[in-house]
Amino acid sequence: MSDAVHSPRTIPDRLDNPLRSAVLSWEALLVIVAVAIFVINSFASPYFLNAWSLSDLTFNFTEKALIALAMALLIITGEIDLSVAAIIALASTLMGMAVQAGIDTPGLVAIGILVGLGCGAFNGAMVTGLGLPSIVVTIGTMSLFRGISYIILGDQAYKGYPADFAFFGQGYVWWVVSFELVLFLVAALIYGFLLHRTSFGRRIFAIGNNPVATQFSGVRVGRIKFILFCLTGLMAGIASVLITSRLGSTRPSIAQGYELEVITMVVLGGVSILGGAGSIPGVVLAAFIMGLVTFGLGLLNVPGIVMSIFIGLLLIVVIALPIVWNRFRMQR
Amino acid sequence: MHTTAPKAELKAPPPANAAPLLALSGVSKSFPGVRALHNVSLSLYPGQVTALIGENGAGKSTLVKILTGIYQPDSGEISVGGEPVHLTSAHKAFEHGITAIHQETVLFDDLSVAENIFLGHAPRTRFGTIDWKTMRANAREVLDTMHAGHIDADARLRDLGIANKHLVAVARAMSIDARIVIMDEPTAALSAKEIEELFLLIEFLKSEGKAILFISHKFDEIFRIADRYTVFRDGEMVGEGLLADATQSAIVKMMVGRAVDHIFPEREPNIGAPVLAVSDLSHPTEFDGISFELHKGEILGFYGLVGAGRSELMQAIFGITRTSRGAISLDGKALHPKSAADAIEAGIVYVPEERGRQGVVTGMPIFKNASLPSLQRTSKSGVLRLKEEFDLARRYTGRLDLRASSLSQDVGTLSGGNQQKVVIAKWLATRPKVIILDEPTKGIDIGSKAAVHGFMAELVAEGLSVIMVSSELPEILGMSDRVVVMREGHIAAIYDNKNLDAETLVQTAAGIAA
Repeated sequence: MSDAVHSPRTIPDRLDNPLRSAVLSWEALLVIVAVAIFVINSFASPYFLNAWSLSDLTFNFTEKALIALAMALLIITGEIDLSVAAIIALASTLMGMAVQAGIDTPGLVAIGILVGLGCGAFNGAMVTGLGLPSIVVTIGTMSLFRGISYIILGDQAYKGYPADFAFFGQGYVWWVVSFELVLFLVAALIYGFLLHRTSFGRRIFAIGNNPVATQFSGVRVGRIKFILFCLTGLMAGIASVLITSRLGSTRPSIAQGYELEVITMVVLGGVSILGGAGSIPGVVLAAFIMGLVTFGLGLLNVPGIVMSIFIGLLLIVVIALPIVWNRFRMQR
Repeated sequence: MHTTAPKAELKAPPPANAAPLLALSGVSKSFPGVRALHNVSLSLYPGQVTALIGENGAGKSTLVKILTGIYQPDSGEISVGGEPVHLTSAHKAFEHGITAIHQETVLFDDLSVAENIFLGHAPRTRFGTIDWKTMRANAREVLDTMHAGHIDADARLRDLGIANKHLVAVARAMSIDARIVIMDEPTAALSAKEIEELFLLIEFLKSEGKAILFISHKFDEIFRIADRYTVFRDGEMVGEGLLADATQSAIVKMMVGRAVDHIFPEREPNIGAPVLAVSDLSHPTEFDGISFELHKGEILGFYGLVGAGRSELMQAIFGITRTSRGAISLDGKALHPKSAADAIEAGIVYVPEERGRQGVVTGMPIFKNASLPSLQRTSKSGVLRLKEEFDLARRYTGRLDLRASSLSQDVGTLSGGNQQKVVIAKWLATRPKVIILDEPTKGIDIGSKAAVHGFMAELVAEGLSVIMVSSELPEILGMSDRVVVMREGHIAAIYDNKNLDAETLVQTAAGIAA
């Protein structure tokens, strides 16, 4: 990158070899893990290595992974949003109401996305406007948003979504390549660019490393955090459209527990739960790994409850690993 | 109040040949690059208050940390009651009966008064559990003997004011039968009435035969309560004696009359029209009615004691702290900065005193720190251009002679002086009109100090205007064109730096009539 001539006093741009740091990165480790699980799966089940199986596999993670992209940015700044699954439920419920009122597909999509955006803006206003901790605010809105769904629906379900609405969650763009997968990959490119190639992304990292010094450097910290809460809500709204479309119905228990899987994906992807570090390629790899694991366990007929135990353990391990590792390094 | 307070007649003269309860001799302590204490001695006598006097950085806090077992001296001897001791830990110091009461008391807010007093040595029942009844009774007894019976032994400490917290800290000292009590600026957070109560308490401790080390910047307090004084300057003991034989001006002279240890850059001031005008700027609690002008090409020094409101004022001008009234104008245009971003855009930048918390973003490389406020310029339509960032970082850190292995080095791994250079470089890159430096050379090595001073001279020569907040007299006198002295949130005086002497500044800052 730098081929400037160095006079003795000139400080070089960088010393470490970029290739070397790429090989030693967390992302490289994730690639190895993903390949290993892929190989294990293909030996464990004769049904795994099949184009349609692999396509089905992606449905295990695309909806959550879409949210994880925005959540990664939020967690890098040191905030969190635990209400994303509840936003899905509320957006889906309101879409279901709209169906009863005779609104067609474009209207439904708009409602889903706007409800998500509105919920995100509400979270963001609470955190940045009133200065409340995001973990408390979003635990509150987690109950609030889903509670509204329960009040509206009770033990009922909304059905009767228009036929063309099914495309978002069930349609294929080409052969076995689903619309959801394409949407996720495009979104990953956009978020990757936003985080790693723009000044907005640079400010996100700065906030996570030292919010006070970043504010003292003229960065409007509150505004950036507010935007990220809105983006996370927006992605939850999009995910709500996809899930509702895939299931073809809305119950208030829709997407229950998704927030944990989203956060697990983000942390497994190498985003520091303390903020300040992480990457979108890591989150994308983590999404594939989670999909491979849950799908593999499904092929082996492992019951759902065991899978949730597995997700819980995985979350603890990936949060603990870097902390324990750092402590170990400090002691040496 | 601010003249020499009459010495209390009832104060018993110190016994002529009493043996010191605590004696330090030949104590030295160095940190990498800094000699904090050099061959100092100190004696504390039973039933007497010794005032420890010195500027910021004179070595007072290092001494307190040595006495409380937090630092180990490199050499020298400490004896308590004539016996040599090794204060190898805070617990050891505690066992030898040394206790410290700090400006912010180090107690436990969520425990009761009784628990705070007896933490670590609570009375036990025969089953080994805490004997709450005896503990409460003992706590009340201790508080009563101190004439502090108004404090409820069962109250949670959180609910007490700072003055009563001090009383609890003293009660704790009494309960462990401490013989040596160190009070490190105990009055800093107290009201006038609370200070009176504290003084009564100190009289009580004296009557109990405790040896007290009293650290304060306030001369009226020192002359009222202390019997002896010891003056530190630049880590050395430069004078001691009975206060009855001393005058304020003599002590001030000892504090500041130092050898020139640092050459300040020669410069030809070329002072132009006013750039920044502040009028009647006020804050609900920190400062009030501040008015001054800063001229083009000028270095305006701000001197004052810690807590005089200087940093808060600067942060208000920088848009971080809210103001209650008053106006700021830059180049004749009114300015209402609501955030640092507003101030930076207008051309005012601030190098904060708390470098680690407010200055550098540790965990990020040098070049990303340097470009953080200038991202709009180094990026194109919001897309980063790393080459521009490296160029910017190299250009401005190069001017400050930054020492680093690469521009991608984590800024947190640099020395304090080099971190400060990165912070200054970051601001220069925004091409400011006014640069505010808050304690710019605090805690940095002598070489970096000279680099920062030389650079300030270059900046004003180029037509920038500089505000320099500093508690170091040589720096204030060596660098400023004019000096604003602040005291308790007000401007006490503004001096031209011609034939200005350190004594005048210290006396103005402390509110002593010259």
